[in-house]
Amino acid sequence: MKPKLSRFAIPYVIWMALFVVAPIVLVVVYAFSNDLGGFTLENFARMGTYAVVFGRSFKLALVATFICLLIGYPVSYLMSKEGEGFQRAAMVLIMLPMWINFLLRTYSWMSILENNGLLNQVFQKIGLISLYNQLFGTDLTYFPMMNTQGAVVLGMVYNYLPFMILPIYSVIMKLDGSLVEAARDLGANGASVFRRVILPLSLPGVLSGITMVFVPSVSTFAISKMLGGGTELLLGDLIEQQFLGGAYNPQLGAAISLVMMVIVVVCMVVMNRFGEGEEQAVML
Amino acid sequence: MSKELIRLRDLCMAYDDELVLDHLNLYINDKEFLTLLGPSGCGKTTTLRIIGGFTTPGSGDVLFDGVRINDVPPYKRQINTVFQKYALFPHLNVFENVAFGLRMQRKPDPANPRRKVKLPEEEIRERVLEMLEAVSLKGFENRRTDALSGGQQQRVAIARALVNRPKVLLLDEPLGALDLKLRKDMQIELKRIQQQVGITFIYVTHDQEEALTMSDTIVVMDKGSIQQIGTPEDIYNEPKNAFVADFIGESNIIDGIMVRDQLVQLYGRQFPCLDSGFAPSEPVDVVIRPEDIDIVPVEQGQLTGTVTNVTFKGMQYDIIVDFRGFKWLIQTTDHSPVGARIGIKIDPDGIHVMKKSRYSGLYGDYSSFSDEYDELDAVEPEEGGDEA
Repeated sequence: MKPKLSRFAIPYVIWMALFVVAPIVLVVVYAFSNDLGGFTLENFARMGTYAVVFGRSFKLALVATFICLLIGYPVSYLMSKEGEGFQRAAMVLIMLPMWINFLLRTYSWMSILENNGLLNQVFQKIGLISLYNQLFGTDLTYFPMMNTQGAVVLGMVYNYLPFMILPIYSVIMKLDGSLVEAARDLGANGASVFRRVILPLSLPGVLSGITMVFVPSVSTFAISKMLGGGTELLLGDLIEQQFLGGAYNPQLGAAISLVMMVIVVVCMVVMNRFGEGEEQAVML
Repeated sequence: MSKELIRLRDLCMAYDDELVLDHLNLYINDKEFLTLLGPSGCGKTTTLRIIGGFTTPGSGDVLFDGVRINDVPPYKRQINTVFQKYALFPHLNVFENVAFGLRMQRKPDPANPRRKVKLPEEEIRERVLEMLEAVSLKGFENRRTDALSGGQQQRVAIARALVNRPKVLLLDEPLGALDLKLRKDMQIELKRIQQQVGITFIYVTHDQEEALTMSDTIVVMDKGSIQQIGTPEDIYNEPKNAFVADFIGESNIIDGIMVRDQLVQLYGRQFPCLDSGFAPSEPVDVVIRPEDIDIVPVEQGQLTGTVTNVTFKGMQYDIIVDFRGFKWLIQTTDHSPVGARIGIKIDPDGIHVMKKSRYSGLYGDYSSFSDEYDELDAVEPEEGGDEA
């Protein structure tokens, strides 16, 4: 039987067509055309030049995702064990930065990481910099933190950490407490309960957390621009340059976008294979 | 001779100032099938959770084989549990669910007794398959648990607990989610399994019929304390108070006065009975089971009344008879039409005299049809689910 579309679905269909399907079609069309509008594969042929950028983008996004997981899982797990009041407060604290404008948040990191920024001043005050100089025979007046890959990763982790915590937390919270009791009953101590029951059952949350951190990380351009100082060109920056920057070439930009999209989708599909059979991932 | 295995000494427990267990004392023998029976909130699940180690009693002791185990965590107790909703691991198949406990076990290494090693894979495999066969689930090893029916999940849960060869199996309303037919089958199945493995089963239920069918010993509980302990026959035939009489089976509970030993007065009439040991003229509760009442011609009856309602129940008729304003339930195979005047006769062994208790007068004249009964009979919500 063909499911009938409710009338109320029409606005949604229009919305999806306008803002999801149409842009993707445009990207595909652009990617396969030259500036005169004819069909070409040249845009993809030029992709090799940017292999370094691809590599760097995926590397930084992977590192950021991994760090988010390292921080996010324990935070979610420990949070779920606390009282209700604590959980609510912690949740607000985790969400709070997200209510502040993204650029503003990232700008404030600039002033924290700057050569004479907050952190360096603190390091100077507590003598960390002179200690470092003594130990390693260097002659630094500050730690260069801005415009490094580290700063870019930090920005990614800071901005996207909540997207890792929320799905993991909600999966752990939904975990049936009697499963934990059953495991304890069957002879599992705390560590075994975690490894054999809680961890495998929270995997769907981990997978969706990874997706939700990795995808925006790999395509970000604002963070790398602001904290990486443009020296650490990422895919996002590259694409932006093709559309808005001096290197104006929307066809190439579309091709890069398309390749990135395909790689990301393939990654996600492969990853979700691992989680197959597990409970449905919680998508927020 | 059976020996004592578990003793609960003076257990008290309160949640939010509400007393859940009130100085509970109980001992449980090895290899017996003991049922904790009572309405929702009577403390039976809490008692079970304390034995299992999931709840720490507010005060009092839990002794296992004479050793105090209050502070022993569940995973170190020789006790396994079948949970209310089975709590099967959704990420593991049937085999791995059953093998879970065995994979947790460590035994001394034969080569170096000071080292502990895992059980060998062949042993695990052998024991799991053997146990699956015992619960009639041979061939289901590789199934996902959510692809099983309720009864099958139930049996996986039992196999998962029993494969560890515990000394005691705790069962928390395990048949609650099954339909009637399956429930009856599983009752017999559970009893068979218990006799086969020869260990203690402690069973929690609010279903009196389940308790009567399976148990060696029934512990009737209400409001955190034990109302009566006894064999199913004892509990049914000699209820200690109006609560037990009402909760187990159907009963007519009537105010009476003990004239002297073996003679009780109801509605001004004297009835011979078998009970003794009451003070002369002591007010008592009298329980008369609906099936113990014989309908006789009016002139031969000890009491006469009018039939007000007849319900055909298949095996018998449920007749409501009005005796001077008090309505009794009578179960009989003889049909009497509504409005008929009938006489009744009760044999001395059909009359059960009980001391007055705080439950006296609670259950009305034909208690089985009163509101209280309906409340008690209502399917119990997840007791204990939020008590962790």
